Amino acid sequence: MTATHTPTIPPPRRLKPWNAVERSLAKVGISGRMLVLAAPVLWLLVFFLIPLAVVFGISLATKQFGRPPYSPLLTTEEGTVQLTLHLNNYIRLFTDNLYIAAYLSSIRIAFIATVITLFVGYPMAYAIARAPDRWRNILLMLVILPFFTSFLLRVYALTGFMRGNGVINQFLGLFGVEPLVMMQTDFAVYVGIVYTYLPFMILPLYTTLVKLDVSLFEASADLGARPLRTFLSVTLPLSLPGIIAGSMLVFIPAIGEYVIPSLLGGPETLMIGRVLWDEFFTAANWPRAAAVAVAMLLAVVVPIMLLQRAQSAVVER
Amino acid sequence: MRRGWFLPIAAALGFSFLYAPIVSLVIFSFNESRLVTVWSGFSTKWYGELFRDPQMLGAAWLSLQIAAIAATIALVLGTLAAVALVRFRRFKGRTLFSGMVSAPLVMPDVITGLSLLLLFVAMEGFLGWPRGRGMLTIVIAHATFCTAYVCVVVQSRLSDFDRSLEEAAMDLGASPVRTFFDITLPIIAPALVSGWLLGFTLSLDDLVIASFVSGPGSSTLPMVIFSKVRLGVSPDVNALATIIIGLVATGVLIATIIQLRSKPKKAKA
Repeated sequence: MTATHTPTIPPPRRLKPWNAVERSLAKVGISGRMLVLAAPVLWLLVFFLIPLAVVFGISLATKQFGRPPYSPLLTTEEGTVQLTLHLNNYIRLFTDNLYIAAYLSSIRIAFIATVITLFVGYPMAYAIARAPDRWRNILLMLVILPFFTSFLLRVYALTGFMRGNGVINQFLGLFGVEPLVMMQTDFAVYVGIVYTYLPFMILPLYTTLVKLDVSLFEASADLGARPLRTFLSVTLPLSLPGIIAGSMLVFIPAIGEYVIPSLLGGPETLMIGRVLWDEFFTAANWPRAAAVAVAMLLAVVVPIMLLQRAQSAVVER
Repeated sequence: MRRGWFLPIAAALGFSFLYAPIVSLVIFSFNESRLVTVWSGFSTKWYGELFRDPQMLGAAWLSLQIAAIAATIALVLGTLAAVALVRFRRFKGRTLFSGMVSAPLVMPDVITGLSLLLLFVAMEGFLGWPRGRGMLTIVIAHATFCTAYVCVVVQSRLSDFDRSLEEAAMDLGASPVRTFFDITLPIIAPALVSGWLLGFTLSLDDLVIASFVSGPGSSTLPMVIFSKVRLGVSPDVNALATIIIGLVATGVLIATIIQLRSKPKKAKA
C-alpha cells in the first residue's frame, strides 16, 4: 500500500491585482513604504509646513489695496527679478506698546490659567487613577465627554453661568449676597480656559499616575513618611512628565486663544490671538497679521519642544 | 494605603465644575422666557424656532457635510501616517515627519487658519486653484488638523497589538498589502471608528480656522452660532446646544462600549 496521503494545503491566495501593482512599482524603484508615506507626507508638506513658510514670507510684505491685499515679494522689472522685503511690520511689533502689552499679557494669562488648571486637574486625575477598576472607565469617559461637545457651546454655557443675572448670582442672591461682576473680566477668561482645557490636563496626568507602582507608596509609608511627604517626594516627581505634557497642552493653545477672551473677556483683556484676528478681519492688514503669527510661533516653539519630550516620556513609562 | 477624603471631594467638585454649566444650559433650553436665566415655565418653543431658521439649518447641513468629508480624508491620511510611524522604525526625515504629524494638535487655531488662508490665496494666484474660498478650502483645512488626531488614536492601537499575527499571515504567504487588509485592519477597526468620530466632532466644532478659510456664502454652524452669541444669549442656541450635547453623548457612549467590548477579545487571543 502506498501512502495516499497527499498534502492538500492550498497555495496561499493573494490579492492578484495588488501583487501585480507592487511588482511593477518595485521595478521602477518604488517600495511599499514610499507608497504608505507619500500621501500623508505630501498633504502635510503642502497644507501644514509650506503655509507656515508662506506666513513668514507675507509678514515681510506690506499692506496695499487690491487683490491680494499685500505687496508682492518678487517683481520683474525690465527683465530682472527684484526681491522686496519690508521689515516695517516687525519694527511696528517692537515699538508699538499695544503689541508688546498683548504679547506679555497673553503669556501671563496663559501661564496663570495653566497653573490653576494643574491645581484643579491633578487631584481629579489622581482620584481617577486610584479609583476602583469599575469606576475608572466611567470617570474617564466623564472627563472626555465635555471635550467632544462643542468648545464654543461650552464657552457659551459659561456666559449663562457667570453673567450679571446668571446662575451663580441668582444662587448667591438667595443668601442675600450682592451680585458679583464676573463677565468681561480677566477672571472670566481664567475660568474659561480652565473649564475648556481641563480634559487636556487630566488625561496625560492620569496616564502617568495610573502606571505608578503602588508598592512605592507602601514602602514610603512603611518608612514612616506621612501621606503628604510621600506625595511630595514620591508621587509628584514621578508624575513630572504628565505634569509637563498636560501643562503644555493647556499653555500652547491658550496663548493663541481667540474665542474665550472675545466672549468672556472685557475690552481691556489683551490677548495676542485677538490682536491677530482684529488685524486680519477688522484692519484687513494681512502682512501685519502674518508678523503677529510669526511672533506667536516664536512664543510656542519652546513649549512645543518640551511637550514632544514629555509626551515620549509619558508613553514609555 | 490610607484613603483620605481629600481626593473624592476634589474629584466631585471638579466634575460638578465641568458639568454644572452644561446642565444649566440644557435646563434653560426648555425655558419659556426669552431671558435665558430666569425660569418662567416649561416650553419647547425654542426647538421649533430653531427648525424654522433657514440660516441655522443651512449652516448645519454645510457643517455636517464638511465634517464627514474631512474626517474621511483624515482617516485615510492619519492611518497611513500612524502605520508609517509605528511600523517603519527608521526612515529619512522621521523626526520631521512625526513633528509635522503632531504639531497641528497644539498649533494655535489663529496661526493654522491664517497660514492656510495665505496659502490658498497664493496658490490661487500662481496655479488658479482653488478658485475662491468656500466648502473645499474648509474641508482641506479641517482634514489637515483631523489627520493629526486620527494618527494619535490609531498609533496607540497599532503599537499595543500582537505583531506575531501579522508575521504569521506573512509566513503563510500573504503579501504586506493583503496582511494589512485581512489582519491589521480588522484589529485596529475600533480605533479607526473612534478616530473618524473624533475628526468629525472636531470639524463640526471649529470656529476660528473655518472663519479664516471660508468664503462668502459658506458660513459653517459655529460661525452662525458665534455671530448670534456675540450679541448676547439667545435661547435657540441653548436648544441647539442641547441637541448637539445629546448626539455627542450618545456617540461617545457607543464608541466607549465598542472599545470596551473589543478589549476582552484581545486578551483571549
